Amino acid sequence: MTLAQPLTPVRWILIPALQVIVATWLFTMPYRVFGLQPPEPVFAMVTAFAWAVIRPSVLAPFCLLLMGIGMDLIWGSPLGLWAVSLLVSYGAVLLVRNILIGQQLPILWLAFGVACALAELLGVLITQLVSHTTPRALGVVSQWGVTLAVYPWSHRLIERFDDADVRFR
Amino acid sequence: MALRDSPFNEMRLPLLLSAAVALIIALVVGVTMLFSDRRETIQTQAYGVTRTMGDHVVAPVSSWITAPSRWVQNGVNAVQQYFFAVSENRRLRAELTVARTWRTTAIALQDTNERYRALLGLKVNPPIPMVSGLAVADSRGPFANSRLVNVGSEKKVEVGNPVLNENGLVGRVVGVAEGVSRVLLLTDVTSRTPVLLDRTDSRAILAGDGGPNPRLDYMRGPDPVKENDLVLTSGDGGVLPRGIPVGHAVKGLDGRWRVVLSADDGAIDYVRILLFKDFRQLANTPRLSELPAPPPTAPAPSSVTSAPVARPVASPEAQSPLSPTLAKPVERAVQQAKPSATASVTKPPPLKPSAPKPTLARPVAVSKPAAVPQAAPPSDAGDIPH
Repeated sequence: MTLAQPLTPVRWILIPALQVIVATWLFTMPYRVFGLQPPEPVFAMVTAFAWAVIRPSVLAPFCLLLMGIGMDLIWGSPLGLWAVSLLVSYGAVLLVRNILIGQQLPILWLAFGVACALAELLGVLITQLVSHTTPRALGVVSQWGVTLAVYPWSHRLIERFDDADVRFR
Repeated sequence: MALRDSPFNEMRLPLLLSAAVALIIALVVGVTMLFSDRRETIQTQAYGVTRTMGDHVVAPVSSWITAPSRWVQNGVNAVQQYFFAVSENRRLRAELTVARTWRTTAIALQDTNERYRALLGLKVNPPIPMVSGLAVADSRGPFANSRLVNVGSEKKVEVGNPVLNENGLVGRVVGVAEGVSRVLLLTDVTSRTPVLLDRTDSRAILAGDGGPNPRLDYMRGPDPVKENDLVLTSGDGGVLPRGIPVGHAVKGLDGRWRVVLSADDGAIDYVRILLFKDFRQLANTPRLSELPAPPPTAPAPSSVTSAPVARPVASPEAQSPLSPTLAKPVERAVQQAKPSATASVTKPPPLKPSAPKPTLARPVAVSKPAAVPQAAPPSDAGDIPH
């Protein structure tokens, strides 16, 4: 019996996208834990990284665009900030995809960290451009850190689907 | 013709190329959206249809998602209240003792204040109505700090209205739709709030940077601020009323003065929205723009064609209902100024027909109504929503 599963868009794009949206939404709940605000990781980076590593796709960029716009609407950030940040990170990972395929977990985690840093850096640049002000570096670094912590989710997605399409191995 | 018989069947674009094209198209759409967004403006129209629709969808779903956490929190609070009732009682008794002494002071101060107001004929801010709302979503990233509140245009909430909790200022409304408002927090990277330091009365701008403690910018003077100085809204610009507590000044690790927000000590979920409008918005603008009625025309020589316009300047009391306390110093100043004017001018300037007078007449007509609200009849109070 084989574990290989067909790479249908619903399985590797739609369902993870919905999971990301629900997770993002859950973390906007107005509550505090012991007087501290909970972190706000960029869950969409999970899919932006995994989709680029699994295989190139026509659907994935548009899905990321919609997810980015959704994040901007939920978080109240400038419309397009996260869409552009996610898409640029996705494109960058897609460019170095051949190097990343088949790498071990630490290397992929490091690459995920670089992709997240790129997205955060773009966020800073866009904020500087649109609002003429610089966000606090500590806030940016802390968001990058908590996003880095959700990499196992992305890795699980990669492990599940990276062998599904033999044309891109 | 079946699809497989189509001539286009033979034309297969490589997937990598089509993926790159899709990525570029998506990027172009994203960049276009980014540069067409006008989030930071205060105009209602600038909030945009997309955001209004988005808030419409986000608010009810967030409210539904957060319901279980609210139930859990209420349950935990109930248990805490039950188990910590005795210590809470002790704390409240101590607070009550302090509050009683403050009440006596407050009554005395209120009495003094009222007497001063009566003496000066001062017109103070009208009572500001407010509505309470429940925060259903809270974003706290480095690029946006805002909350969605479940009250909107149906409760007459408007863009620019200040938002408070029981301890102090939280932010201001930047977007309103039916049943939902978006509140820009003081910590947001685009938030700029005019504040004053209570001890020195010096002004500053509270600038958010995405962190929990916004910084104080544009302070003037050698030592305008000290550790733990109380920071209040200054009311400059008219968007926020004066005197709302904001927080306490502290020196940040980066050497800049920052503010520990009072609102952080309070509840995060329930907020109050002040339906505040500054006096320029409250004033009956059409009435203020009305030109004063011209005096009854009497048979006059043809050289005094612009006299009706110039008259209000010559006799302000006749047209503007200045209070006696204000009018008398003006009259005295005019009398004092008269001899020196006549002494310096040996020959009165000849009357010029009409060239300079129309230029004088317009400022008089415009600046004149500015005195009206000072001594406005009681009917003006009808313009202020209570």
